[in-house]
Amino acid sequence: MGSRVGRGPGTLLSRAIVVGALLVGAVISLFPFYWMAVAATHRTSDLFTSPPPFLPGGQLLDNILALQDEIGFARVALNSVVIAVVYTVLSSLVSTLAGYGFAKHRFRGRNLLFGAILATMFIPYQVTLVPLFQLMSALRWINSYQAVILPFLASAFGIFLMRQGFLSFPDEIIESGRIDGASELRIFYGLVLPAVRPQLAALVIYTFMSQWSAFIWPLLMLNREDAYTLPVALNTLVGQSHVDYAGLMLGSFLATLPVLVVFLLFQRQFISGLLGGAVKG
Amino acid sequence: MVTARVPGASAPPPGRRRSRVPQLAPAWFVGPATILFAVFFGWPLVSSLLQSFQVRQAGQMVWAGTQNYSRLLNDPLIFASLGNALFILVVQVPLMIGLALVLAVALNQAWLRMRSGFRVIYFLPAVTTLVAYAIVFRVLLRSDSGVVNQALGVVGIAPVDWLNDPLWARIALIASITWRWTGYNMVILLAGLQGIPRETFEAASIDGAGQRALFRWVTVPLLRPVILFCLVTSTIGTLQLFDENYVLTRGGPANATLTPVLYLYQVGFKGLDFGYASAIGWFIVAVIGILSLLQFRFLGRER
Repeated sequence: MGSRVGRGPGTLLSRAIVVGALLVGAVISLFPFYWMAVAATHRTSDLFTSPPPFLPGGQLLDNILALQDEIGFARVALNSVVIAVVYTVLSSLVSTLAGYGFAKHRFRGRNLLFGAILATMFIPYQVTLVPLFQLMSALRWINSYQAVILPFLASAFGIFLMRQGFLSFPDEIIESGRIDGASELRIFYGLVLPAVRPQLAALVIYTFMSQWSAFIWPLLMLNREDAYTLPVALNTLVGQSHVDYAGLMLGSFLATLPVLVVFLLFQRQFISGLLGGAVKG
Repeated sequence: MVTARVPGASAPPPGRRRSRVPQLAPAWFVGPATILFAVFFGWPLVSSLLQSFQVRQAGQMVWAGTQNYSRLLNDPLIFASLGNALFILVVQVPLMIGLALVLAVALNQAWLRMRSGFRVIYFLPAVTTLVAYAIVFRVLLRSDSGVVNQALGVVGIAPVDWLNDPLWARIALIASITWRWTGYNMVILLAGLQGIPRETFEAASIDGAGQRALFRWVTVPLLRPVILFCLVTSTIGTLQLFDENYVLTRGGPANATLTPVLYLYQVGFKGLDFGYASAIGWFIVAVIGILSLLQFRFLGRER
């Protein structure tokens, strides 16, 4: 143990207090996840007994069937997956291309354009909701995938993140590619892109998670049960007069599971990528 | 470097091989993003600004001058929603950033085991689907026999009517938001802390600074820019609050958890009053702009 830091008779005690407090905090962080999973395996009527159940029950299958019955879970989950995956692929592509253009190409008005795009980060997007809604209605795109996907494809944060990644790539390598006669696309795809894999991974994870959770825009765009995404469908369950809480917990658990798994698998890339945008670019 | 904008303007110096970038190459890279921003952000911005000066008359949007804005300045619900957001801002943001800072300092102690494990656990709430976590809190906080009230009963506290009492509903909202975002801010602060050389702390403690003095006179001043970042983003987030209060309480009871964005949603998409909703949107833009500016002004100095 580091004797340099640990001095004074109170050190051991204060460390014990710190560890204790951290453990309490960890339990508070984790408990809602745990209870969500437990509640998903019980009947609604058993959730509010005294004491409430803290161990898994045997109702999981029944609850799954009930949830399928109530919100057409399979279809809704499919909508969520398609929208999140297509959005992630397209949005990451747009951000990566633009990030590279702003980092490594010179053209008239580059700084102005980049500044304008960055400025959109500071304007709350809610101010655009009314015209976007009108646009989508005029296009008769309500209840379509593209209505959810298209308007928020370009992400200032994503462009910024990728640009930061590309900036440190040496110009000489790009230049030598040009001298060798490679096309600009070939240089981008073959030479530069492999070097920014960490940023790209962070971007993909971040983009997927944010679209998977998106609520207000899908809520505005989707008003037919078979077009809902998971958050919108779960929200309709909340509004009912007779709430199926077990189904709600199961749905919430299933809606959280994919992002949880993605996060736990890639948490290192995700956190460092996120910080790329926050702490000192 | 050869620039694309002046192709052939000056001949390449003899004796040096220069490549040429196709003139349209940059357009292929930044074009898609630019078009998307122009269509789905730039144009809506202009459109909502124009609509904020219009009202609907006999099914037609007609020019109405500043009518929407004068209505806004006399609308008690706008001020109620702004008041709620400011209440949450004043109570929740300092609470959360303070908590995040303490946690970050604790997790930065070299003697602590499983630091990365703690970091992941504390960050976990931040990845939860917003609607899902709001639903879980709704169920946990149910007045009759919700888990939280039962736990309070064990220690002899009478059940609290979390979601149906104006004050408790706000507290429930604050607790939920704090649960979700503390770890997120902690991770950012922790990264900032790890950027401070360990010798700085050691030098200060050799000079006789205790843990508390270290925190007050070394940690906080050096972390100032990062703390500012967290404060500004949290302020913006609070003023844009929608998902949580919509799912938890639908803005109730008695509009105690109505926020500006939820009000915009009600006016625009339940009431279909697009002109007034646009004015509310620009009002939110102005409020966020002013608050961010104030924070930079008063906290951003002397870095």
